[in-house]
Amino acid sequence: MSTTATLDQGVAPPGGRVVSFRRRLRAGDEVAYLITLIAAGTIFLITALVFYEVFSQSALSRHKFGWSFLITSVWDPVAGTFGALPFIYGTVVTSILGLLVAVPEGIGSAIFLSEMAPPRLSNACTFLIELLAAVPSVIYGLLGIFILVPILERHVVPPLKSAFGWLPIFQGPFYGVSLFSAGIVLSIMIVPFIVSVSREVLLAVPRDQREASLALGASQWQTTWRVVVPNASSGIVGSIFLALARALGETMAVTMVIGNTPQIKASLLAPGDSIASVIANQFTEATGDLYLSALIELGLVLFGVTFVLNGLARILIIATSRKGAHS
Amino acid sequence: MKMLACLKEPRGRIATAVAVAAMLAACPLHAQTSLTGAGATFPYPMYSKWFNQYHKAHPDVEINYQSIGSGGGIRQVTEGTVDFGASDGPMNDKQIAEFKQKRGCDILHFPTVLGADVPTYNVPGISADLNFTPEALAGIFLGRITKWNDPEIQKANPSVKLPNNDLIVVHRSEASGTTYVWVDYLSKVSPEWKQKVGVGTAVNWPVGLGGKGNEGVSGQIKQTPYSIGYVELVYAIQNHLQYGQVRNQSGSFVKAGLASVTAAAAGAAENMPDDFRVSITNAPGRAAYPIASFTWLLIPSKIQDATKRKALVDFLRWMLTSGQNDTAALSYAQLPKQVVAKEQKAILKIQ
Repeated sequence: MSTTATLDQGVAPPGGRVVSFRRRLRAGDEVAYLITLIAAGTIFLITALVFYEVFSQSALSRHKFGWSFLITSVWDPVAGTFGALPFIYGTVVTSILGLLVAVPEGIGSAIFLSEMAPPRLSNACTFLIELLAAVPSVIYGLLGIFILVPILERHVVPPLKSAFGWLPIFQGPFYGVSLFSAGIVLSIMIVPFIVSVSREVLLAVPRDQREASLALGASQWQTTWRVVVPNASSGIVGSIFLALARALGETMAVTMVIGNTPQIKASLLAPGDSIASVIANQFTEATGDLYLSALIELGLVLFGVTFVLNGLARILIIATSRKGAHS
Repeated sequence: MKMLACLKEPRGRIATAVAVAAMLAACPLHAQTSLTGAGATFPYPMYSKWFNQYHKAHPDVEINYQSIGSGGGIRQVTEGTVDFGASDGPMNDKQIAEFKQKRGCDILHFPTVLGADVPTYNVPGISADLNFTPEALAGIFLGRITKWNDPEIQKANPSVKLPNNDLIVVHRSEASGTTYVWVDYLSKVSPEWKQKVGVGTAVNWPVGLGGKGNEGVSGQIKQTPYSIGYVELVYAIQNHLQYGQVRNQSGSFVKAGLASVTAAAAGAAENMPDDFRVSITNAPGRAAYPIASFTWLLIPSKIQDATKRKALVDFLRWMLTSGQNDTAALSYAQLPKQVVAKEQKAILKIQ
C-alpha cells in the first residue's frame, strides 16, 4: 500500500482518481502496466547503454581515423592501421546471400506447412524446424566446414562455375572457405526463424478470409497467395528482419567457413571476413589501446550496418507493398 | 514488430558480453588463500593440472585460472583485478611502464614451460617429413614462393619429387601466441618479413586463408590439398599430425620434439636477461629447434597480502621443481636447468 501512497503523491490526484487507481490496482491493470513498462524500459536501457559504451570506448580510434575508418581496407595490428571496409563488405554480402537463399525457402515452406500440409505432418515438421533453431552456431560451423564445404567443392561449385563462370562473382579459385560458403551456412541457420514465425502468422489469418475467397470462386492457391499471404505480410516481414539480424551478428559459424581474409574480391568464391568474426577472433588477445579501440569501433559499425540494412529492407518492403495495393 | 525489434541478436550478444566482463571485473580479491590468475590459453592444460595438484598437496591454497588470452591476462594484471597474469609473449616496455604507473611496482616474468610451432602440410602422395629452410618458410608466407616444386623447397628435399602445384597458405585467424612465435621467427630470419609485416599476435598476412584455432588450421589443411600452415607442437603431437623439420642456425634440420625445444631454451639461456623477457626463436645450438618460445607467468613484485605472497612464492618454487616433472605427460617441453636456477633467484624479488 505504501507504493500506492507515493505514486498518488506523484500525480497529486483528486479523491476520485485515487479510488479509480486503487480499483485498477486491485484489478491488476496497474500492476501489469508497471511490470510491462519496466520490462520494455529495461530493453531500451540496455540498448542505449551498449551503444553508449561502444561509442565512448571507441573514441581513440574514431578520433584517429575519422570517417576513413569506414573506407580503408588495411587491417594491420602491427603497424596500427585499421580499416573496416573488408569486414563491412563481408558482413553485408554474406547476410544478403543468406537472405536470398533463406527467404524463398523459408516462406515457401511456411506456406506449405500452414496451408497445404496435413496438420499432423505440419506439426511434426514445425517441431523439427524449431529444433534447428536451437542448434548452437558452433555446430553449424563444424557441419559447414566438414560436410557442407566438401559438398560445395565437389557438387555445387563446379556446375555453378561452368554455367555462370562468365560472371565475375563466380570466378577465381575456390578453397572451400569463402563468402559463398558463409552465406549458405547462414541461410541454413536463419531459415528456421523465417519458417517458424511465418507459419504462426499464416495460421493466425482468420478462417473467414479464406472461406470468403474460396466462396468467390478463387482456387486454393489464389486464396493463399492473394488473401492469406498479404494478410500475414507484416508478420512475415518481421520474421525476415529477425533472420537478417541473426545473420548480421552471427560469429562462430561464419568465422569457421569464411576464410578470415580481410579483402574485397568481386568473386563470391574468394575468402573474406566479417565484422562479428574479426571481433571474436582478435578481441581476447588484442594489446594496445588503439587496437582495442578499433575493434570496439567495429562493434559500433555493426550497429550502424544493422540499422542501415534494416532501414533499407523496410523501405523496400513499403515500396513493393504499395505497388501491390495499386494493382 | 515491436517484439521482434527487441529480440535482435547482436544487441543481445553485446549485452551478454558486457555482463560477463562486469562479472570478470568483480573477481574475488580478498579470499584468504585463494589466488586468481588470468591469461594465456596455450599453457592452460598444464596450468590447470598444476593448480589442481598443488591444491591437493596444499589444501589451504586454491588457485583459480581463467584462460582468457594473453592480451586479457596483461590487461587484468595491470588493472589489479587478478593476483597474477599469464602470457605467451613478454610484456613490452610500454606495457611495463603502464603497469609501474598504475600499480607502483615492477612486474616479474617467470617462464613456466616451453611451446613450439611446427609447419604442417598436405601434399598428396608425399608421406616423408619434408625439410624447410628458413628462406623457404619466409618465402611461402610472404607469397613469393607459390609452387611446391620451387627450388628453395626442392633443394632441401633432394629425395622427394615435389609436385608442380600451387601452394595454399593457412594461418591462424584469431590473435594468438602461436602466431606471435611464428612471425617472430620469420622476422628474425627474413629482413623482408620484418620490414613488410612485422611481429604481433595478429598481423596483416600477405597471403593465405585464416583458420580459427589450431583445430581450424589443421582442419583446413586436411581438407585442402597442397596447403601448408603452422600449428602448436602440443596440438600436432596429440593429434598425430605430420609436420616438417626446420633448419636451425647451425645448419641442421631439426624435427620439433620435447627435447629439441628444451635444447633451444638451453641455447638461449646463456644470454638470458635478468627479467626473462627473451625470444628464443632461431636459438643457437646444434640440437635446438628454431621456432620455440617460453610462456610466462606475470607476477607483481610487491604483493601486500602476506598470505597471498607466501602462497604464490611457494607455488612458484613447487612449479620449478616437482611441477616440471609433469610437463612431458601433457606434451609440454620442460625448462632447462639453467633457466630454473635463474628463476629460483628471481623469486626472491617478490616482496
